Amino acid sequence: MRALRRILAAGRPVRSRLLLAALAGTAAAGSAVALLGTSAWLVSAAALQPPVLHLMVAIVAVRFFGISRGVLRYLERLVSHDAAFRVLGELRLQLYRRLERLAPAGLPAFRSGDLLARLVGDVDTVQDLWLRLLLPYTVIAAVGGGTVLAVGLLLPSVAAVLAAALVAVVVAVPWLASGLARRADAAVAPLRGDLSTSTVDLVRSAPELVAYGAVEQRLAAVDRCDRELAVAERRSAAGLGVGALLTTLLAGASVWAALALGVPAVRSGQLPGVLLAVVVLVPLAVHEVVAAVVPAASQLPRVRAAAERVVTVLDAPAPVAEPPLGPGQQVPAGPYGLRLSGVDARWPGTPTDAPGVVGGLDLVVAPGSRVALVGPSGSGKSTVAAVLLRFLDPSAGLAELVGSDGSADLTALDPDRCRRVIGLAAQDAHVFDTTIEENVRLARRDATDAELRDALGRARLLEWALAQPLGLATPVGEHGARLSGGQRQRLALARVLLADFPVLVVDEPTEHLDEPTAAALAADLVTLSAGRTLLVLTHRPELFPELDAVVSLPAAVAARSGSPGAGDDGRRSACGDGGPNRTEEQR
Amino acid sequence: MRPLDPRLLRYGRATAPYLAVVVALGVATAVLVVVQAGLIAHAIAETFLGGAGPGQLRATLVALVAVVVLRAVLAWAVEVASLRASATVKAQLRRQVLARAVALGPRWLAGRRRAEITTLTTRGLDALDGYFAGYLPQLVLAVLVPVVVLARIVPADLVAAVTIAVTLPLIPVFMALVGVATEARNRRRWRALARLGHHFLDVVSGLGTLKVFGRAWAQVDNIRRVNDDYRRATMGTLRIAFLSSLVLELLATLAVALVAVGIGLRLVHGDLDLETALLVLILAPEAYLPLRQVGARYHASTEGLAAAEEAFAVLEAPSPPVGTRTDVPVPADVRLRRLTVRHEDRDVPAPAGLDLDLRAGEVVGLAGPSGTGKTTVLHVLLGLLAPDEGRVEVSGPTGSGGSASVDLAALDPEAWRACVAWVPQDPVLAGATVAEAVRLGRPSAGDAEVLAASSRAGLVDDRRLPHGLATPIGEAGRLLSAGQRRRVALARALLRRADLLLLDEPTAGLDATSERVVLDAVRDEARRGAAVLLVAHRPAALADADRVVRLTPIGVDADALEQVATP
Repeated sequence: MRALRRILAAGRPVRSRLLLAALAGTAAAGSAVALLGTSAWLVSAAALQPPVLHLMVAIVAVRFFGISRGVLRYLERLVSHDAAFRVLGELRLQLYRRLERLAPAGLPAFRSGDLLARLVGDVDTVQDLWLRLLLPYTVIAAVGGGTVLAVGLLLPSVAAVLAAALVAVVVAVPWLASGLARRADAAVAPLRGDLSTSTVDLVRSAPELVAYGAVEQRLAAVDRCDRELAVAERRSAAGLGVGALLTTLLAGASVWAALALGVPAVRSGQLPGVLLAVVVLVPLAVHEVVAAVVPAASQLPRVRAAAERVVTVLDAPAPVAEPPLGPGQQVPAGPYGLRLSGVDARWPGTPTDAPGVVGGLDLVVAPGSRVALVGPSGSGKSTVAAVLLRFLDPSAGLAELVGSDGSADLTALDPDRCRRVIGLAAQDAHVFDTTIEENVRLARRDATDAELRDALGRARLLEWALAQPLGLATPVGEHGARLSGGQRQRLALARVLLADFPVLVVDEPTEHLDEPTAAALAADLVTLSAGRTLLVLTHRPELFPELDAVVSLPAAVAARSGSPGAGDDGRRSACGDGGPNRTEEQR
Repeated sequence: MRPLDPRLLRYGRATAPYLAVVVALGVATAVLVVVQAGLIAHAIAETFLGGAGPGQLRATLVALVAVVVLRAVLAWAVEVASLRASATVKAQLRRQVLARAVALGPRWLAGRRRAEITTLTTRGLDALDGYFAGYLPQLVLAVLVPVVVLARIVPADLVAAVTIAVTLPLIPVFMALVGVATEARNRRRWRALARLGHHFLDVVSGLGTLKVFGRAWAQVDNIRRVNDDYRRATMGTLRIAFLSSLVLELLATLAVALVAVGIGLRLVHGDLDLETALLVLILAPEAYLPLRQVGARYHASTEGLAAAEEAFAVLEAPSPPVGTRTDVPVPADVRLRRLTVRHEDRDVPAPAGLDLDLRAGEVVGLAGPSGTGKTTVLHVLLGLLAPDEGRVEVSGPTGSGGSASVDLAALDPEAWRACVAWVPQDPVLAGATVAEAVRLGRPSAGDAEVLAASSRAGLVDDRRLPHGLATPIGEAGRLLSAGQRRRVALARALLRRADLLLLDEPTAGLDATSERVVLDAVRDEARRGAAVLLVAHRPAALADADRVVRLTPIGVDADALEQVATP
């Protein structure tokens, strides 16, 4: 619930709009109830055949309510959607500001595209909190309460029954229904998981199964899961229907009670006969209004789970101290080198024996030198890069930027200043879904066209880019899908060349590339970094010619002292920078 | 979009009987609505004007209890029938979609589509729950209830009946008109919404990169601006889109108001009695209620129908043509001529105009940078995909004693694949244990043969298989390492005793000793008389081949430049 409250705070800027929407919604729903109420009185009164003039007010009221409901509902929907879009924008900004502090080391989601996509989807989901939960429930609370009060003035006993029935419909039925749905879900979920696994396997291995004539056999296995799931789903249907049963039953019961209590009341003179129709028909109308809202209650668990995930991110601790710890230090003057002394570092939230943990690393990169830091996947190369870029603070030891007039502790530097000196070409450098030019230009907004072309040319991408029909305006697709792996790395290279960092850290630039492509890229990297300090993080130092030093990353943790795959040529599958998959570890 | 796609009846065979049940329950519900209204009207009129008390109305009140309970039970029955039907139809569709997707072959089932099919068959089709349990029964009620209600009102009060009969059809007509007018704009808007979400995700995913270049904060204003622009444009569209619900609400409530005022005036003039008037007043909103609820549940229906639509698209995708000849010659000589395959997601074909000969007893190496179509060549040879241009000619002795030369496209794919074995780059194993996974190569093989094949692939000596060949491999072999999976796939291929052996990087990720074991096994296969095609990067593997064919990329491509750059 705390998560929901945190999220609700984001609605504060649009409070007046939300209030207006609630008012319009209440008036619209109230119109529906009032329409039937006044109509019932009109018809009853007319039966006594009074002069028509006595009925004029009721006639006008009936016509008014007949029109106002639709118009007010229209107004409510416009205002509430406008408010929801504003809230969504606000939430996106809040989330972005926090993610900016966390990226890329502070959140496991940054190492998984799926998690990040879910997080972004969660923000869309939490806007339902206002649109589909808060507003409708405010409206029915107001209308239900108002109706109960009005009926109470006529006949308190009917009002009491109506109030009880409404509370049951709004609170008890959704509670019961969601409990039953959870039970049904719990019965179905493992089967759903089985089906999902066997489906994924089937689809993934389809070519092999076809090649070995084993499709039928595997389809039969999926089929078995599928049948079990369908049986379980059918079995749980009886429970899921209980909500509909109770809602209908309670509405009918309210009307019946109104009649059963109203008839003797008229007989005893407690209720004027002309109002009996009102007392009986108004519950009918109010139940209809309420029933339309109740299904929305099933959204609550989904919205709450999304809200909790969003709040977790908003509250996640920053991986680096910002502003810097202690007295802020000035960035020394160049040329620059790097010095790590006894550095321990790991990704936040990972255990000390997880892949990517760095322990007691000593490393010196003299100004202007080119050094390779070598280690297999999972030995912590990307962790070192994160420390140098101030994405992550070391948990022990000292990481320093060495200048000509002294050196500075990285953790005492402003991260943005630090990153103006130390640049990174990461193996997973993001390629944005825009044009080639925009992707490179983000390195330096004020770069001239000539500088841009020069950077692309040095990265050996210019000729190819110009040969495309749209030239530099060629879109690269989502995650650079329209580029080959080599082209993506070259685009990232062009970017760091344009930014012209004095110190360049390159993380596994040859991963996922075939031999000739990898060798060519590695050679270019060393040539192009002439005149600056270069630190290459790789598991294949033999690809890089003319390095000044090759330093091995120590196996940081005793738990992983097993030999890291002799003869492994590093063609690890889809595992990214941080973690080798478990099967590789078994070797 | 049609509210009920006839294809749903065809592919989801459980739909038709379900519809019959829902119609029956719908008729019963409509009748009960009318009966309930009559009972309430009678009780009120008798009490108000007739001076009746609870004693006289006991029968009416008891009958009302029965009606209320029956209505609730019917509502439950509709829900249960809907969910049960949905579960059955989902299972029926899933089964057909999966079988069809696999039958359409790896080319069809590649890349994005593979993810789409997985999503559709695991979660996507669940949207049908909303369609079946939310929309369809309401649609049936929206047709049945007004008819039954009108049938009751006509004899009671013709004027009110005419009012309802005229306004009721106006609702779908106006909604359709507004819908048509806004559909294009709506669709553009939803696409823009998807783009907006995509843009935000793209920026967030690239935050690490943006920070490297000090551009992360600059995006805050950008995001705010894009959001505001989008909101303004969307509200413009919604102002029109919501008109359809305005029309619906307005017509429905206004008609009820007109009916109420009309019967009131007729009552004053003595043209109508109170019980009839109350009956009409209670029934009038009931005539519109199901229609309004259909409108409210329209969203649930579109999602379900969109999922069904996707399923139908798969089921109705045209099959690639396949050969029928089952008299497959032993492939002593396989010639690939001018072989060209185009890919949906790439500009250049790969391979492009490839000529390649494979002969029995010979190991041919196939090398080249990634993306040049090495794996595609294997898929063509397996008959998993047909080349866009060029052909594969298979010649050799046939079972009847003669010899023949046929186009691969003319051969029955299953008969052809019976004499081909394949070791994929990243094998996905089937079965519970190593032995079961190996046996897939030839299910009729005896235990000794399985053991021999596994031994030749170096599996028997592997100390990291704690129970030897009985070691469980997990779903799809996930408990094994990539290298182990490749060797199991090799054993599987060896067991097949195929005439044509296709290997895709079988030695990647192996140490020198293991590599030797694999290459020796491959050489043995050639000696036995198999034609072998070995796709490889590593020099050791290529050195073992009798001949090496190198694929080169075509077109102006940075990868080609890289090749030039490499000494």
